[in-house]
Amino acid sequence: MMKKIYHIENLCCANCARKIEDGIRKISGVIDAKIVFMTMKLHLQTEEGCLESVLAEARKIAKKIEPDCEIVE
Amino acid sequence: MTKKQKRMLAAILISAVLFVVAWLVPVRGPWKAAVFAFPSLIVGLPVLKNAVMSVFRGQLLDENFLMAIASVGAFILGEYPEGVAVVLFYRVGELFESCAVGKSRKSVAELMTLCPDEATVFREGKWVTLSPDDVEIGQSVRVLPGEKIPLDGTVIEGASSLDTRSLTGESVPRDVTEGDSVFSGCVNLSGVLVLRVEKSFGESTASKILSLVEDAAAHRSKSESFVTSFARWYTPTVIGVAVLVGILPPLFGGEWSVWIYRALEFLVVSCPCALVISVPLTYFGGIGGASRKGILVKGSDRLEALAKTDVMVFDKTGTLTHGIFEVVSVEGESPEKILEIAALCEQFSTHPIARSLREKWGGRVSEDRVSHVEEIAGFGVCAKVDGVQYYVGNESLMRQKRHSPTFAQTIGTRIFVASDTECFGVITISDRLKDNASAALSALRRLGIRRTVMLTGDGVASAQSIASQVGIGEARANLLPQDKVSALREISADTKGTVAFVGDGMNDAPVLTAADIGIAMGGLGSDAAIEAADVVLMHDDLSALPQGILLARKTHRIVMENMFFSIAIKILVMFLCALGVANMWHAVFADVGVSVLAILNALRTLSRK
Repeated sequence: MMKKIYHIENLCCANCARKIEDGIRKISGVIDAKIVFMTMKLHLQTEEGCLESVLAEARKIAKKIEPDCEIVE
Repeated sequence: MTKKQKRMLAAILISAVLFVVAWLVPVRGPWKAAVFAFPSLIVGLPVLKNAVMSVFRGQLLDENFLMAIASVGAFILGEYPEGVAVVLFYRVGELFESCAVGKSRKSVAELMTLCPDEATVFREGKWVTLSPDDVEIGQSVRVLPGEKIPLDGTVIEGASSLDTRSLTGESVPRDVTEGDSVFSGCVNLSGVLVLRVEKSFGESTASKILSLVEDAAAHRSKSESFVTSFARWYTPTVIGVAVLVGILPPLFGGEWSVWIYRALEFLVVSCPCALVISVPLTYFGGIGGASRKGILVKGSDRLEALAKTDVMVFDKTGTLTHGIFEVVSVEGESPEKILEIAALCEQFSTHPIARSLREKWGGRVSEDRVSHVEEIAGFGVCAKVDGVQYYVGNESLMRQKRHSPTFAQTIGTRIFVASDTECFGVITISDRLKDNASAALSALRRLGIRRTVMLTGDGVASAQSIASQVGIGEARANLLPQDKVSALREISADTKGTVAFVGDGMNDAPVLTAADIGIAMGGLGSDAAIEAADVVLMHDDLSALPQGILLARKTHRIVMENMFFSIAIKILVMFLCALGVANMWHAVFADVGVSVLAILNALRTLSRK
């Protein structure tokens, strides 16, 4: 299991954060994902070895819901 | 305000002025639409742009898109002012939301300024300034008066007093001198201190507290999970109903424009923002506010549980009492001699009780006078003092030696002193109660804590006495450390509500973990306690308990108010819209007005009271 916390920039609506979180949770390999709007952080837990692919997918989802938003380390 | 927020505010103000002007301009028909189009475009252009983009991205439930439809729809139906109001107030709500979130982030971030940006380190013969991140363990760091301590360490030079308020909420400064441990985040008040760094920046107290408070928001409470799942189906449902309202009645003879207008009202109410933002905002504020008082709550779920506490279990030693033993009475013919013999016999023991005997006697212990020392674990000590055989220990030891002491019953740990022929003295040792223990307990009772229990390894008599002095309902005595966990489980089993356990975190980590909420006292500098507990009282002060519960309840109450209020108003307004009683203005209120009120309510958690 891999655990990592990312920052999300330019996330300006709590409901969008929820939608992005819902999307990321459905990516295969994701064990748990939480976006905390108040701290602008993504708490991501994935299966071993698929952090990179999950992250790429997560970025796509985020862009789709909120075009300005960036997931950064 | 950020630049973006200022620009938004400017657009809103200009649009509002033009909106008023548009009311006053005496024109009709298409001209009226044009006059109202100005204010709506000034604030609404970004909304419109986002709406179009979201359609291309396939996001049809995007709120920009829904608001744009509602506004454009109102214009097409000839309801120009309403069309402006929808976007104008939508933007007002957005601006307000972003300001409120910014404010509470900033307020919690104030706490985050615990860590200084630089540290003065001794390197190659001179003092240099480094980022605390680059300082290594074992290096010397200098802290001038007025500066914050950058890393945890031990004082190797100087003496000063420290302001620990930002860590513990405690306002009385703490004096430190050579050899004392100091924690990052404290402010040096008077003298220059030189420290030897004991922990890296990331492992130091201030950084740990920060990450704890930041991560706390990721542990969601039940209310937050409810809100998230509510939001998941709320928007699609409302939009579904809007479509039905817009299409069905006209098919059965209703007026198209009337029912489409009502459907647009539904779209305005369809955003669950008030809820989705106000509930986490409330917890965030609550956790931030608590940490400012030196109460660290490790998650919204824990804050929620704390609010519902109805049984509190306390460890005795170190929690209700100081954990420092004191001789309270010496009974027998010659108290001086009794103490002397006890102190001499126990001179090799490191047990706190032995220490308290030596302290009370005050004489100089000498190895020469004592010989044949034999410690009998669980009973006491046998030794020869000046060539005479003595026994110092508990009642069982006396019975073994066929003595039956006849001293009056005293409360505390009783140490008997006997020779071969008789038991000639008893020393009573007791732990001192914390000053505010009984005040804190009565405050907890006033808060409606139904049942209080004390767990202790002491005998029944001493346990009962302490319990009645403090005002604790039940005392469970004679518990070995491992018995405490099962005692707690037993108590949890016959309570429906939440059981909190309060301990000092030193050796009760298993009990802290077993409780619904484990509360560790005096967590400053104790990593084990911070690790095992759900709530950490940084300052060793029982009065933080009622404070913490009050704060948790206030947070919980605000959450409940917000959830009930937002949902109720939205449903009510939708109902009235469907009946044609409410108009677009009411819908705008149910969206933006409710958001603003809920956010204002949430911000109450940040108040310093």
